Amino acid sequence: MSSRRVGIIGAAYSKFGDRQDVNLAELTWEAFREALQEASIDKDEIEFTVVSNVGAWSSEPLPAVVVSEAMGLRPKGSVRVEAACASGSAAVKLAHDIIAAGQAEVATAIGVEKMKESPTPLVVEFIGRAGNYMWEFENFGLTFPGYYALYATAYMAKYGVKEEDLCEVAVKNHYYAARNERAQFRNEINVERCMRSPYIAWPLKLYDCSPITDGAAAVILASEDYIRKHGREATWILGIGSATGTSNMSKRQDFTSLDASVVATRSAYSKAGIDPGNPVKSIDVAEVHDCFTIAEILAYEDLGFAKRGEGLKLLKEGETYKEGSIPVNLSGGLKAKGHPIGATGQSMIAELHHQLLGKVGGERQADIRRGVALAHNVGGTGHYAYVTVLSLHKEVEA
Amino acid sequence: MNKTQRDEIEAALKQAEAFVKEVKGSVGLPIVPDAKTGAATWYDQRELRLKYTVSVEKTRRFFEGLADGRIMATRCRRCGELYFPPQDFCSRCGSEDVEWIELSDVGQLLTFTVINVKPMSFSHYQDYTVGIARMPEGINVLAWVDGDPKKLRVGMKVKLKVVRRQPENYLIYEFEPVE
Repeated sequence: MSSRRVGIIGAAYSKFGDRQDVNLAELTWEAFREALQEASIDKDEIEFTVVSNVGAWSSEPLPAVVVSEAMGLRPKGSVRVEAACASGSAAVKLAHDIIAAGQAEVATAIGVEKMKESPTPLVVEFIGRAGNYMWEFENFGLTFPGYYALYATAYMAKYGVKEEDLCEVAVKNHYYAARNERAQFRNEINVERCMRSPYIAWPLKLYDCSPITDGAAAVILASEDYIRKHGREATWILGIGSATGTSNMSKRQDFTSLDASVVATRSAYSKAGIDPGNPVKSIDVAEVHDCFTIAEILAYEDLGFAKRGEGLKLLKEGETYKEGSIPVNLSGGLKAKGHPIGATGQSMIAELHHQLLGKVGGERQADIRRGVALAHNVGGTGHYAYVTVLSLHKEVEA
Repeated sequence: MNKTQRDEIEAALKQAEAFVKEVKGSVGLPIVPDAKTGAATWYDQRELRLKYTVSVEKTRRFFEGLADGRIMATRCRRCGELYFPPQDFCSRCGSEDVEWIELSDVGQLLTFTVINVKPMSFSHYQDYTVGIARMPEGINVLAWVDGDPKKLRVGMKVKLKVVRRQPENYLIYEFEPVE
């Protein structure tokens, strides 16, 4: 199947955190205005808008319309998409595919989530329902930390991993969030502090969990023709892999890996020309879905950054810190940068776009040698998975 | 009875409502400072209650089986695929010819967690344990696990049983560790 190459010409994410100083449209504006500025286009050139927002905890049921009106994007077409915590990457995929199919020259994927409009127990309820409602929530009251705790327990039993080990992920991601002015948590932590935090869903503790977050992010994409004609600076989308897992946890065969994540990775590597046997040698920097500490370890293994059972070793040897062979979550990750569900995907992609262009700067700027970055975005508990490969070049260099 | 998370939530909500009422009385607007940031927030004057009615017509036999203490699954007569939760068509081969079978009651615990921070609608319970077990038929069942979670181990045997969930007083299945 031949389709047109698509690039990102502008991307940004807002300050994440407790953002009750702004409403949904005002928060979106912070990210969109910056992405528009970077793209240096007229907003009227945007032909289609994909909005990712999971909602329910926030007041606007038609966020794509609210966003289109406020960003001045109407009367062009728009749609709201949902792929749980991977909604943002799903929005980028749709905007990408619309351009690749020749249906638009410029499109935008905007993510926004206002989770602080509802009290925490209600947000816990809504996210807990995001699995199989009738068979797993209605009678057994699972929560989102609970779902991942099922993976943590199985992983810990299989590989002899301890709670202290999982805390190491939180320590790394807080370290980088402390250096990211847009992150929700700007404090470093240590393993002791993580271990002292209360259980949310045993064996996961407060510091194993990503927070409830308000945030917005926007990505503006354009066709290769448009980018060449207008001489724009861009990063290129080399491949997007997507997959869907089972709704019922009980239908999973194994709780030490996310099937959807593995399938999406294989597809993305194949499209991007990355060797699945040794992806680390092709990738400079990655953002992975660390909604819980265990999730980052699973991601290392599902992405092939580490062999099965060796994800923690990769972390403990420092390989996923900035100086290592495959820096991961230099933004602070979902864990500490924050996780505004529908905006997380675009925020990963915006971060990597700027990493590749050397615009992150400071202590968080990765060394860009091969010019390739990867965003791994999981929806729910491996219910959806999206893996997006970005590059400074239109092909991966052999 | 110990204080539950629901008691705490309700106390906090009651306090918030009382504060908003006071503010409305004096200022005339339901605008109060956000607890964390101090930003002005509008306290919604509308409230939505959600309670769904979900069809179980096609899986009635499962629920009727609970009354007899049986946990039922379905099996495709054409390709043999097993379904738990039960369904009356085969996602694998497309057949609509399925039979009901009773599951064995002893399985092997694959994983478990204790839900400490609960959803709003479960906040009246004390901490509960959720586990997933592999049954001899080759399918998994997810349910609460009765008893002290400290005594649970991945790989141990657990037995499925039908119980009446309280305080709602309805039939549901759960696991108990096999001594």
